[in-house]
Amino acid sequence: MSSEISNEDGPLNSRTWDIDREEGRTVQGLKDSSTEPLAEPFIQVPDDLKGNLVVTSVDALINWSRKSALWPVTFGLACCAFEMIATAMGRFDIARFGMEAFRASPRQADLMIVAGTVTWKMAPAIQRIYDQMGDPKWVISMGVCATSGGPYYGSYSVVPGVDHIIPVDVYVPGCPPRPDALLFGIMELHEKIKKYRNLGKSARPPISGQVTAERPPVETLPEDGVPGSQGNP
Amino acid sequence: MPVQALTGAELAERLSAGVPASVERWEEEVVWVDSSKVEDVARFLRDDSSLDFQFLNAISAIDFIEYFDVVYHLTSFRLQHTAVIKTRLHGRESLSVPSVYHVWRGADFQEREVWDLMGVDFQGHPNMKRIMLWEGFEGHPLRKDFL
Repeated sequence: MSSEISNEDGPLNSRTWDIDREEGRTVQGLKDSSTEPLAEPFIQVPDDLKGNLVVTSVDALINWSRKSALWPVTFGLACCAFEMIATAMGRFDIARFGMEAFRASPRQADLMIVAGTVTWKMAPAIQRIYDQMGDPKWVISMGVCATSGGPYYGSYSVVPGVDHIIPVDVYVPGCPPRPDALLFGIMELHEKIKKYRNLGKSARPPISGQVTAERPPVETLPEDGVPGSQGNP
Repeated sequence: MPVQALTGAELAERLSAGVPASVERWEEEVVWVDSSKVEDVARFLRDDSSLDFQFLNAISAIDFIEYFDVVYHLTSFRLQHTAVIKTRLHGRESLSVPSVYHVWRGADFQEREVWDLMGVDFQGHPNMKRIMLWEGFEGHPLRKDFL
């Protein structure tokens, strides 16, 4: 096999050098033109402050605090509610995620777990509770009934999926889903919340694939190394 | 003391004495009464001291295509016995039966539910409207000819 490739013009890598360099430029250009979903901050921390400072981005901090204390609204419609209650009890212990505070008021909650069959007569109430929740807010559709109507699909009284009424972030299948499944859905929602940027907008690039966002200018500390010494006189 | 179910023959005998011409026929543990005398029968069953049916368990309805049966399940806690009273409504349109709301207040939601899902009207009910479904829904979904 080597007789055809390594002919009289020298070894193969010397002949494909130009092609390799062209490919390298393309790859590097693509990499340079892309932005990180959460840009790593580039801040020089002075030596005397090291060990006392944690440097992160505002998005990461906000998203971390949001996903670490996601308070659900107390809201159960059918048998899925029992699995949700079991998730909140000691065996599965939703308190591990900072979520044990099921709020009786939608004003204090930012997650709605639609646990059970949604009937058309219940639909206005669900819409109203969702509207009463303050932004940012998320919705988990728990079980096949809330997701698609499930066994009641096509019934005269059942909504074929709660996403006809309100937007849904995470769908958890099952009839009803075990608490493990609900916890997995909650963790998926956490991953989703971590990717938000700029107060609620998604960090994903546009669907066309064009990266339009420019890398923000990197700010460095002034020479004396004291933060804020330039701002306020 | 176990709860005894009154036999149809015994019930029919007592009802015939208490409310004349009310019993149509009876079976082992069921008595069919004339649909126009339902409220009188209910009042007699509640007030007669040897029957003493203070409690209405449930009102339900059965669709037999040609006719409907409305079923009343009754219990006496003091005498520890139960009874089943039925009344037959022929046809499928504009069915109505006297309300027992003024005899047992618990009949309120039960009768509204039967109206909502089966389309049997209860005359004399103070608030006869749909309870499960929304106002403006067409038809009565537990009827055999729905869908």
